[in-house]
Amino acid sequence: MTDGETIRAAFKGTLGKFSLDAGFTAPAKGVTALFGPSGCGKTTVLRCIAGLLRLPDGLCVVGGDVWQDRDGAFLPTHKRPLGYVFQEASLFAHLSVRRNLMFGAPHSEGDAGRGRIAFDEVVELLSLTALLDRAPGKLSGGERQRVAIGRALLSQPKLLLMDEPLSALDRATKGEILPFLERLRDRLSLPIVYITHAIAEVERLADQIVLMDKGRVIGAGPLDELQSDPALPLAIARDAAVTLDGVIEKHDSGYGLLTLSVGGGSLIVPAPKASTGEHRRVRVIAGDVSLAREPPGLSSILNVLPARIVSATPVEADEIIAVLALGADGSGARLLSRLTRKSWEQLRLAEGTSVYAQVKAVALAPGRGELG
Amino acid sequence: MRLTALVAALGAFLASSAEAAQTHIAVAANFTEPAKEIAALFNQKTGHEAVLSFGASGAFFTQITHGAPFEVFLSADSERPKAAVNGGFALADSLFTYAIGKLVLWSRVIDVTDGEAALKAGQFQKLSIANPVAAPYGTAAVEAMKALGLYDALQPKIVQGNSIAQAFQFVDTRNAEVGFVALSQLYGVTAGTRWEVPQTLYSPIRQDAVLLKTGADSEASKAFLEFLKGPEARAIIERFGYALN
Amino acid sequence: MLGLPSDIWVPIQLTIELAAITTLSLLVVATPLAWWLARSRAAWKEGVAAIVSLPIVLPPTVLGFYLLILLGPDGPGGAIASLWGARTLAFTFTGLVIGSIVSSMPFVVQPIRNAFAAIGDRPLEVAATLRASPRRAFWTVALPLASPGLLTGAVLGFAHTVGEFGVVLMIGGNIPGRTRVMSTAIFDFVETMRWRDANMLAGGMVVFAFAVILSMILLEKRFARARA
Repeated sequence: MTDGETIRAAFKGTLGKFSLDAGFTAPAKGVTALFGPSGCGKTTVLRCIAGLLRLPDGLCVVGGDVWQDRDGAFLPTHKRPLGYVFQEASLFAHLSVRRNLMFGAPHSEGDAGRGRIAFDEVVELLSLTALLDRAPGKLSGGERQRVAIGRALLSQPKLLLMDEPLSALDRATKGEILPFLERLRDRLSLPIVYITHAIAEVERLADQIVLMDKGRVIGAGPLDELQSDPALPLAIARDAAVTLDGVIEKHDSGYGLLTLSVGGGSLIVPAPKASTGEHRRVRVIAGDVSLAREPPGLSSILNVLPARIVSATPVEADEIIAVLALGADGSGARLLSRLTRKSWEQLRLAEGTSVYAQVKAVALAPGRGELG
Repeated sequence: MRLTALVAALGAFLASSAEAAQTHIAVAANFTEPAKEIAALFNQKTGHEAVLSFGASGAFFTQITHGAPFEVFLSADSERPKAAVNGGFALADSLFTYAIGKLVLWSRVIDVTDGEAALKAGQFQKLSIANPVAAPYGTAAVEAMKALGLYDALQPKIVQGNSIAQAFQFVDTRNAEVGFVALSQLYGVTAGTRWEVPQTLYSPIRQDAVLLKTGADSEASKAFLEFLKGPEARAIIERFGYALN
Repeated sequence: MLGLPSDIWVPIQLTIELAAITTLSLLVVATPLAWWLARSRAAWKEGVAAIVSLPIVLPPTVLGFYLLILLGPDGPGGAIASLWGARTLAFTFTGLVIGSIVSSMPFVVQPIRNAFAAIGDRPLEVAATLRASPRRAFWTVALPLASPGLLTGAVLGFAHTVGEFGVVLMIGGNIPGRTRVMSTAIFDFVETMRWRDANMLAGGMVVFAFAVILSMILLEKRFARARA
């Protein structure tokens, strides 16, 4: 990818007892999630990208524009065309919602019409109409966060940075706001770097993921690749799952089932009617996938897909996480399966073995399913 | 044996300290330097300690009439000690004039050796005096200027310090080019030029001392006033530029 | 005015003028200073804070003495005064303003500094991410958020100047119509035993200051409620 199509960031330095040495390259579109346990340095990296923190040994090039380099160039935060959403909305207490929204908006008509995010568009996208003339102190946590997002958008950013925007909200509010974030991702062609320590948010929103731990990047790439990489903590976690992008093939209204095609096979999911050709994200939990050497006989499991074992990693005392590739030739999308060592040995499974993956439960990621 | 000696020594020490007492004296600001010398000599000769407070006579008078713990009052005028006596705060038969103040025109900026000419010429922007309402040197300054027929001309240039010390400070820092100060304030001062205002131009500034009711039973207080009348004190007073009765 | 003789009314007017001008000047001077004190990480900033606070601790006689030198022909005051043919800023209303500014400064700087510090970093970071330059962030975010502190500083500065006695006495020269403010006028009345006039002036001073402070406090409360 050319410079104009990527976001390149690399920062190295020590802050107190914490040492940071993290760098990644992300595409300049879609959602890149910065994911890792608390204290791993995700916020530090984001603040460096924003210019709120200045580490001398730093590099930040966004869409071809140098924001910081190692030769001393450093664009101060207010000159960077970015939007930043903090964990607590931090609305200006002395301004109404409307004036908060307009605070960062450019005064001149300048680029009007050229990909410019309009006030009405943002208000509609985030359902802010009823809140416009209220004082920030009178809003709920979720409402404040929506205003904060709108405010960041109206500053016409080329890059949107979000630092755990949902973690300060309760579960119900999180569920309310996520659809807004999905709409954001789908409707605006704006790259987003999104920090979270909740894998469920990653699964619903992210295209790319950068995994961090103890100040270092331990993995970066498309979401499904990293989810099924046994070398990374995601795959071997207790609640390991993969998120696949599926295209709707057909809908069975009699039984309320949706058939989606994913790489190397099809999955049947209980879901309301939706149009053919639309995209949906599908979540498959490793513990819901069992393996068979032969096509199983009559069973209640709807989804039985041929697949090939790519790798096997022992976890805990007596369990194995197997990575499967769908399709008879093993060239399709990756799934995870968690099984006992006993089953593994009894079935004489090994890398390369052809198997049938039985997926007991499939859930649609967006708008459906629990945020684990 | 050793113990009795110790007790005896202690007793003697305590007895002699009981002899050497303190007396609290309110001293008019202009009499500061001579008062310090007199107090030091007094202490040397009698062992008593005179604790001196300096300030405006008017302020002292107000404090005394409201119960301030002074035992002796050395005023810059004669009105206030008289008022203290009349008000029952002081002993009438202790009142006497301890010094007669001399008014001086002083400048560190222009030549006032011929003071009357300098005042007439008026080649200055500010003339400093003590607040006539609060200090007798201020009243005397106004009297002198009126006697010279210059008061109306000079009035716009007058600035008042709330005490003679402050009036002095204005001239000393050259904020005011000239000022009427007490001769005693110029003791040891060589800077600038001065003109002793002829006594005919103003009523004598009698500075009276009086024993206050609070000091009626204080040996040290009475001793101080006696010392003040004595030859050694009078020599000091004269040296500092005061006239004597 | 108000049927009061001029030797009572003029000091009142002078005092109000002095307090008003001092307060406004202080707001202009103290605000950037308070901002710097609140935000700077310079090692010597608390030293500066201590110097600013000195007037609270120093006796007025000491303060007045140093001011006399500063305002006089040997100091910067004299240099300024020479611009219009005078020798010194002492004995002038301007000199009183300067003296009052110095002596009331700590009362104005402290609440404003606290207000700025209470804002914290976040609102300013937010402003920066919304394209606000540091200057714009100061005027449109920091200052409005700190306005209760500025109000408090203004009230304290005003009240302190009205009551200021020592410094005025030291550098004013008690010139009627120019530097004879309420405090020195009261002093004169007491000296000449005009108790009635002294009481009237002093009592009026207390009532006025009380009214100003009370109304400012109520205004501040109204401000805070509107924001919550």
